[in-house]
Amino acid sequence: MTIATPLHVVTGKGGTGKTTVAAALATALAQSGQRVLLCEVEGRQGIAQLFDVPPLPYEERKIAMGLGGGDVYALAVDAESALLEYLQMYYRLGRAGKALDRFGIIDFATTIAPGVRDVLLTGKVYEAAKRREGKDFSYDAIVLDAPPTGRIARFLNVNEEVAGLAKVGPVRRQANSIMEMMRSSSTRVHLVTVLEEMPVQETLDGIAELKDTRLPVGHVIVNLVRGALIGAETAEALESGRLGRKQVAAALSKVAVDPAAADDLIATGHAHLQRQALQESQREVLATSGQPTVELPLLGDAIDQGALFELAEILRDSVLEDA
Amino acid sequence: MSPAPTRAKGRGRRSRTAGPSAPATRTDSIDVDALLADRGTEIIVCCGSGGVGKTTTSAALALRAAEQGRRVCVMTIDPARRLAQSMGLTELDNVPRPVDGVDTSAGGGLDAMMLDMKRTFDEVVEAHSTPEKAQQILANPFYVALSSSFAGTQEYMAMEKLSQLHSDENHTWDLIVVDTPPSRSALDFLDAPERLSSLLDGKFVRLMVAPARGPAKLLSAGVGLVTGALSKVLGAQMLTDLQGLIAALDTIFGGFRQRAEATYALLQADETAFVVVAAPEPDAMREAAYFVERLSEESMPLAGLVVNRSHLDAGVLTAADAESAGRKLADGSKAERGTSELLAVHAARARVAARESRVVQRFTAAHPRVPSVWVPALAGDVHDLDGLREIGELLAES
Repeated sequence: MTIATPLHVVTGKGGTGKTTVAAALATALAQSGQRVLLCEVEGRQGIAQLFDVPPLPYEERKIAMGLGGGDVYALAVDAESALLEYLQMYYRLGRAGKALDRFGIIDFATTIAPGVRDVLLTGKVYEAAKRREGKDFSYDAIVLDAPPTGRIARFLNVNEEVAGLAKVGPVRRQANSIMEMMRSSSTRVHLVTVLEEMPVQETLDGIAELKDTRLPVGHVIVNLVRGALIGAETAEALESGRLGRKQVAAALSKVAVDPAAADDLIATGHAHLQRQALQESQREVLATSGQPTVELPLLGDAIDQGALFELAEILRDSVLEDA
Repeated sequence: MSPAPTRAKGRGRRSRTAGPSAPATRTDSIDVDALLADRGTEIIVCCGSGGVGKTTTSAALALRAAEQGRRVCVMTIDPARRLAQSMGLTELDNVPRPVDGVDTSAGGGLDAMMLDMKRTFDEVVEAHSTPEKAQQILANPFYVALSSSFAGTQEYMAMEKLSQLHSDENHTWDLIVVDTPPSRSALDFLDAPERLSSLLDGKFVRLMVAPARGPAKLLSAGVGLVTGALSKVLGAQMLTDLQGLIAALDTIFGGFRQRAEATYALLQADETAFVVVAAPEPDAMREAAYFVERLSEESMPLAGLVVNRSHLDAGVLTAADAESAGRKLADGSKAERGTSELLAVHAARARVAARESRVVQRFTAAHPRVPSVWVPALAGDVHDLDGLREIGELLAES
């Protein structure tokens, strides 16, 4: 029996599009008829912007429906609300909770005391993953738009630190069960990257860190992949100089384009080939991780619902197929 | 971009002190070389959201300043491996070390270091307490977690290290370039000193140290309720460890607070220049906008905005025109088919450029006075001094 709702944690270096991938993954799950909760924990309101809805409150709210019978709910977890809710839920600290607030402890815990924020954020995700309606879990799947790759192992592992500090008591028990869920077969940590040196290196480091802390690594999702627009024949002609200014200018004149653009076009072509070569070499580096990998194309226009569907389709046939 | 009008000083705050009548054209650009040459610039802080090339920008600015005669220290946080290697950084050891291969003929030089947050924290503890007390703090389980693995500490320690480097008695450096930590939000860095002060002044800390030193009357009913609640949630042993740490740290809190306040004042001072780094994408530009607004609220001196990886130099041929021309050539001769492919590459690039230009217009409409520099996207990664020099050139020439 599964111990909790299946949890897809989506991490990635800044700028790789992890929020987009998390949203596309939630969309893919909903398309297969599931009731999905998409959580963000960094206070960026990235989900609201993607789905073009007003900023999300601390409340689970349906943001997309009727996708192949499933629904996407979204939740922006903030640490302060999570703490007050937690105190109320587990300790029934009505009056004392207020006193804690008056003494600046809520503020201390959520903004100043390092680490507590992560405990609360993971705690809320845990609560949602364990919640039941009757016999069944409230959701069929949870997708977490998590902190970046450089911080992900520390973030997911924060409860291990807590368990080390609190040797007995309710905090220890909760920390232990959160760690148990994070390490169980119901959890997968997916890493979003782009085919550039630093994000690829960070992804490999992230995978190693996750494995060191016994957290389950899922897919490597390569985002913003630029398709090859220049075939082998043209590449060779460009490199040998047989396709030079004269030839390109002649072709341009034929279709009424200013032939003066030839030099720029050739330079852009060379840059494209160089990027393709760089992508290819980073693809090889990434393959050394041994993790299943899926590639998502760079889409020309801004990401909207249509684009999410397009990405969701690719993820459904790869990430969800393997799960 | 068209060449910017030359200004007396390439710094946003100078134009601000000149009053609201200062020129505010949209092509206003940061005069990077004037900023670096100005001996009054002692600290440059590069900030922005993750993944926008902050570290590369910091290193490129530092190298350019050094080769123009400044004695520079660049403090990086978690640089890419090969970039770190190019600057001779092989380990986190908190000690600025000379970078080889820098042209020192103008009389300057470049030292580089990577921040080790735990070591910085340990050093502060050791410097401000007796050996026995330091031992007691360093061994406390809360301290170990606080100083090594919890998010947030990095920002505190980056500020701490900055003030140490700046107050260096030997005046080894006349310019310090700081790369800020890859935070949840770019604003965390700015908030760190104030949050540290409020931690030390907070009621909570006073409450925690009260039983250890205060008169019993402080233990009002409210306090009893609070410690009761805490001990219920945390467990008695955890509370004792936490109280032990805070009591032990209490003696060095004064030092922390003073320096946090001094660093905050330093960030507002005339010798500091903030450079906000972004990429032409909605998220990064939104973060940059927040940062620009916060800096002005806090009267912190903004030099301007650096936008990396821009494609705005894509030329005049539109994506649609390129595509339609490309289609006509697709079945032609070998050279025509090749040209058709080149037009497809151009169309993709022009489409990116159009999207970027919309993002950028949104920013400049809201912040017309912020000088900016656009660095074109390079085909490859930067991982040696030549690459940094090239970025430095691009920063200076736009």
